Amino acid sequence: MHEPQPETVQIHINGKSVRVATGSTVAVALTLTEQACRISVRHEERGPLCAMGICMECRVTIDGVPSRLACQTLCQPNMDVRTHG
Amino acid sequence: MASVRQHSFDVLIVGGGPAGMAASSTAAAHGHKVAIVDDNPSLGGQIWRGRSFSSASKRAADKTAAAWYRKVQNAQITHLSGLRVFDSAQAGVLLAESQDGPNSQYGQWELHYRKLILATGAQERFLPFPGWTLRNVLGAGALQSMVKSGLPVAGKRIVVAGSGPLLLAVAAYMRAHGAQVVEICEQASMGQLAAFAFGLLASPERILQGMQYKLQLLGTPYRTGCWPVAAYGTQRLETVVLSDGRRTREIPCDYFACGFHLVPNVELPALLGCHLKNGFVEVDPLQQTSVPDIYCVGEPTGIGGLEQALVEGEIAGLASTGRVEQAQPLQRERKKMQSFTERLEKAFALRPELRRLPDAQTIVCRCEDVTFSQVREYASWRAVKLHTRCGMGPCQGRICGTAGEFLLGWNANSVRPPILPVRFQTMAVAPAIQEIKSQNG
Ligand SMILES: Cc1cc2nc3c(=O)[nH]c(=O)nc-3n(C[C@H](O)[C@H](O)[C@H](O)COP(=O)(O)OP(=O)(O)OC[C@H]3O[C@@H](n4cnc5c(N)ncnc54)[C@H](O)[C@@H]3O)c2cc1C
Ligand code: FES
Repeated sequence: MHEPQPETVQIHINGKSVRVATGSTVAVALTLTEQACRISVRHEERGPLCAMGICMECRVTIDGVPSRLACQTLCQPNMDVRTHG
Repeated sequence: MASVRQHSFDVLIVGGGPAGMAASSTAAAHGHKVAIVDDNPSLGGQIWRGRSFSSASKRAADKTAAAWYRKVQNAQITHLSGLRVFDSAQAGVLLAESQDGPNSQYGQWELHYRKLILATGAQERFLPFPGWTLRNVLGAGALQSMVKSGLPVAGKRIVVAGSGPLLLAVAAYMRAHGAQVVEICEQASMGQLAAFAFGLLASPERILQGMQYKLQLLGTPYRTGCWPVAAYGTQRLETVVLSDGRRTREIPCDYFACGFHLVPNVELPALLGCHLKNGFVEVDPLQQTSVPDIYCVGEPTGIGGLEQALVEGEIAGLASTGRVEQAQPLQRERKKMQSFTERLEKAFALRPELRRLPDAQTIVCRCEDVTFSQVREYASWRAVKLHTRCGMGPCQGRICGTAGEFLLGWNANSVRPPILPVRFQTMAVAPAIQEIKSQNG
């Protein structure tokens, strides 16, 4: 089947710009660029576990709002994502 | 403080997966005021996830999806996306909050209903083993969800492990997206599965589905009686160790997709007082729960998969709008599916060896980093929460509680509102939660 070339969207992760396919979640952008979402109580790097909004391992700060779930948030143009918040 | 928005509906559906989509489009057919609320950006639940499907597709599964999306679009339904139901204010009123945060014009929502249909779905069961907190160790369905929402996996080495039919679906999906699926590891024994496969003769469509997966998976070993014992790497995953009880093998990989079948999301039904039986919501043949005017459909009533979710949704859509006779043929269909669900449960029952997966230092509660040695001495879920911080973090025991149920026999079904963590400013009313939240940053 013919698949149209996916359009991309640019977001900023900790100040660095990242380009991902339109429709990608923030969790996808973080995993793709091999970045952790948060640092745990015992200083472990953590990334997504459930990808469905229940484990809360993917929480990051988005456009200044803390504790947003990266796995349930779509990347929007020029979104500002901060990890390890 | 954000404003509270109030809305009233004849029929309110919580959960926008296949079950909720079937329920809402069926209920809306006769001019009732219907709304569907889901915490994701778009409808479709775990299997469809808001992707677009074409009715012209050759695949029957895509056609089904396309047809249901069309039904929902053509019906008069208020779609409340990105809203999570977290509490019940009083009978007939649910509280929900926006995922958009305090800057959005929508803060907290009060949703009033005459009839309520709960279609909250299921989650994967996660079991702790050394290394399970490393990055790139995810649920099996979870990795698939990430790929469905844009993660490229072409050329990546993936090991799929745990339990349940989902492992095959996930592996086939990864293969189709160019990943190198190194192997699939099913903890259930061949004998256990053979009994199940024999029972399958009664449902030819499912055999067909199974065969399709098999063809797509040619060349990928499917090992039964095999389970993960550890994952290694510095911060990020590098290798996994698999065991069949006699010998272990260490396999390098980029992603480890590991989930132990599914557990129903029964927090909201339980909060509303619906009676549970063996961990599932008890319903009558019209999908009515023990609480008047509250129906339940899909995975919370039994892990039955897509077809059962759709049929149950239709039944509840009809029943909640007074069209009981029309539901009768669907009820017969549902009844046939039920024995499949029961056999599935038996086939993928977890082996006792898995209770020894965590070692003393393995983190059980990922929110608070509480280890297995800290929790194993407590006999009840209540005691663990009282003496350690296990289960007190933002996931509120959704991960560690379900693991503890299997590992240590905790009864994790005792929920207290709010069922899911709420954002800071909605929480001005709940100082205790606020404290937990600020500690977790
Ligand atoms: C991660 C995962 C992946 C899966 N992948 C497949 C697959 O590829 N193929 C397959 O055949 N089956 C898959 N399944 C099984 C699938 O869930 C069933 O086959 C079936 O589709 C279930 O439909 P449902 O409508 O009952 O539940 P779901 O599809 O799970 O829908 C429930 C919806 O309710 C929402 N929800 C729950 N609680 C709340 C709340 N409090 N407030 C607001 N919204 C809420 C959830 O976010 C979800 O969108 C998967 C399951 C999981 C957990
Ligand atoms: S990955 Fe679990 S909540 Fe986002």
